[in-house]
Amino acid sequence: MSERPTYIKFGEYTEHIPANIPAAVQQATGRFLDLYQTRVSEMPQWEELRQAASDIRLHTLENLDFYLEKMEQNVRAVGGQVHWTADAAQARATVLEIAKEHNVKTAVKVKSMATEEIGLNHALEAAGIQTYETDLGEFIIQLMGTGPSHIIVPAVHLKKEEVADLFTQKLGVKAPPDPVKLTAIARATLREKFLSAEMGISGGNFLVAETGTLVIVTNEGNGRMCTTMPDLHVAVVGVDKVVPDWETLTVLLKLLARSATGQKLSTYTAFISGPRRAAGENGPKEFHLVLLDNGRSKILEDPVARETLKCIRCGGCLNVCPVYKNVGGFAYGWFISGPIGAIFSPQILGTEAARELPFASSLCGACADVCPVKVPIPKILLHLRRRVVEGDQFAPPSAPVVVRTGAKLGAFVLGIPWLYRFGTRLLPIFTAPFRKDGWMPSLPAPANLWTKVRPFPAFRANFRQWWAKRTKRG
Amino acid sequence: MTQKVQLFITCLGEQFYPTVLEGMVTLLERLGVECQFPNAQTCCGQPFYNSGFQSEAGKLAKTWLQTFGQSEAPIVSPSGSCVNMVRHHYLELFPAGTPEHAQAVAIAQRTYEFTEYLVHVLNVTDVGAYFPHKVTYHASCHVLRGLGLRTEAKQLLGAVRGLEMIPLNGEETCCGFGGVFSVVYPEISRAMLRDKVQNILATGAEMVVASDAGCLMNIGGGLRKAGSSIRAVHTIEILAATESNGGLKRGAQ
Ligand code: SF4
Repeated sequence: MSERPTYIKFGEYTEHIPANIPAAVQQATGRFLDLYQTRVSEMPQWEELRQAASDIRLHTLENLDFYLEKMEQNVRAVGGQVHWTADAAQARATVLEIAKEHNVKTAVKVKSMATEEIGLNHALEAAGIQTYETDLGEFIIQLMGTGPSHIIVPAVHLKKEEVADLFTQKLGVKAPPDPVKLTAIARATLREKFLSAEMGISGGNFLVAETGTLVIVTNEGNGRMCTTMPDLHVAVVGVDKVVPDWETLTVLLKLLARSATGQKLSTYTAFISGPRRAAGENGPKEFHLVLLDNGRSKILEDPVARETLKCIRCGGCLNVCPVYKNVGGFAYGWFISGPIGAIFSPQILGTEAARELPFASSLCGACADVCPVKVPIPKILLHLRRRVVEGDQFAPPSAPVVVRTGAKLGAFVLGIPWLYRFGTRLLPIFTAPFRKDGWMPSLPAPANLWTKVRPFPAFRANFRQWWAKRTKRG
Repeated sequence: MTQKVQLFITCLGEQFYPTVLEGMVTLLERLGVECQFPNAQTCCGQPFYNSGFQSEAGKLAKTWLQTFGQSEAPIVSPSGSCVNMVRHHYLELFPAGTPEHAQAVAIAQRTYEFTEYLVHVLNVTDVGAYFPHKVTYHASCHVLRGLGLRTEAKQLLGAVRGLEMIPLNGEETCCGFGGVFSVVYPEISRAMLRDKVQNILATGAEMVVASDAGCLMNIGGGLRKAGSSIRAVHTIEILAATESNGGLKRGAQ
């Protein structure tokens, strides 16, 4: 799933949603959402914080070159190395090259969206490098051979019984369906990997330009292990993750955990500024920062869609989205799901490959209400819907011609008042054969797309007549 | 000076909920407001805008602006969704600096969702309605998040004599309508509707109230399909009910 998909069949997937996925997802996201609401109620300044965060993110994006160069300078100043990569292939090649230079045989990884985006694990495995995910959720889905189904809780769709079965099968141990014991099993398996790995791979939640610092937020402590035990640490981070300084970072950190899991702060927040400088210090001998563009600078050119990149990947919009909660993350066909996936993927993969995703929303707006950095998701969905059906300066239209013709015809009729009124009078007559008690229980295609779910109300327009009569009466 | 308003009845309102429209007129007149009805009105363009057809939406918006621009009177509508279209999306349809944009800006400021008009323009929260029934309230997405009207309808309903309001679990969660969404992804719409219907059934209310025709079609249909006798009614239908007019007029829905 983390390979770059050529066409995402959202609709086809949702026709047969595995029944147990929504239940597991609803439970977990519901818990996060309750906690989030408690956190917000504790913070009277929440709205101001959101606005500040949104301003910070937008300012940084509008001056991205400046802050990235500053970041690069400061990483080099503390002894790290920086690699600029234009796309997924170049980023993979860069990591592989570093691994080859150091003769790496085993790599341990901290949960990272950027490495999912570039499909790094497969590339490493193909090059003969054993790669182990060390975040419990990522460890589970790696064993399953799938991608993540949630931005921050990748195995959210699985029940503990399913995880126990998986461990029993794949690890050859007797695993009981008990989260504490399952965690212990995973830890024991991973411990030896931490000790033997020559390379630690991470993503990054933020890059602090002021000091060249990589910030990694986790709840399991595995992040520190991966980035301090091996002698080599490679971080793959999207160019959008940079923040100007520590003051602005503080604002974002206040919002991140609260919006993600409803925690005040995640258990571990690691600040990594380059490799170890003196004997006796912690940390790797070498630190490499791989900056990933992969279509982001193209998004920046679009003044409406640009705000997509404000996202700090908290997962809050997934937790609140009734669509996501009913279909689960796999429906979105790539590593990133939910409302943010619905706007991110079509921009990175193109509207041809992901043209169904902008329509995967009822436009209820719940995502925009919770987003800590105010990404206007519904607005961007509409912007991308337009790109799909009409095309814009970034892509030609990709919707089927029949749909486009149908819409034009509909708009034509609606645009002529007498024709509209005429149609309004005809509709109750033409649909009379389908009526039953004021409803139409079933209608022919394509209206059956509605009636297969619930009946359609009977056409019964008579307001204009009513109005005309009483006006005449005076 | 008597207040005057222009009625913006919306396509769905016209096709499926004439009694809501009549109730709107009755109620406004009861409150001393004079109603005008621009007969040339058709569709505001929302279905097109929401499915990506911005040039079609733009044409309909232009016609709409002409139709309602004839009078200076405020515009009142029983649909949060359509008001949201006029107030927010019209501005995006026309580039700043064009005459249409200027017109859209001016008209956006005098276009109101019905409960908003009552509470914020007329400053009325008790319309003198009588409705002795147990009801529960679904917050329509575009009224709630689109227009930011969280309390208005509930305030008005709270003042209705005889009415008992039962809280709805997941009150602010979308019912799964979403316009074009409901037919593009019917199975997701079904799942969302199922959740909504289950929550409504659990309240034991006689009716569920909402402020948008789309929600009413969807939720009303869902309840009917589930074999429930609970009806989905518009806020206006309850506010228009008094001891003397005998309450709800609507038949099968
Ligand atoms: S779009 Fe907003 S809510 Fe969604 S993951 Fe990004 S920051 Fe969080």
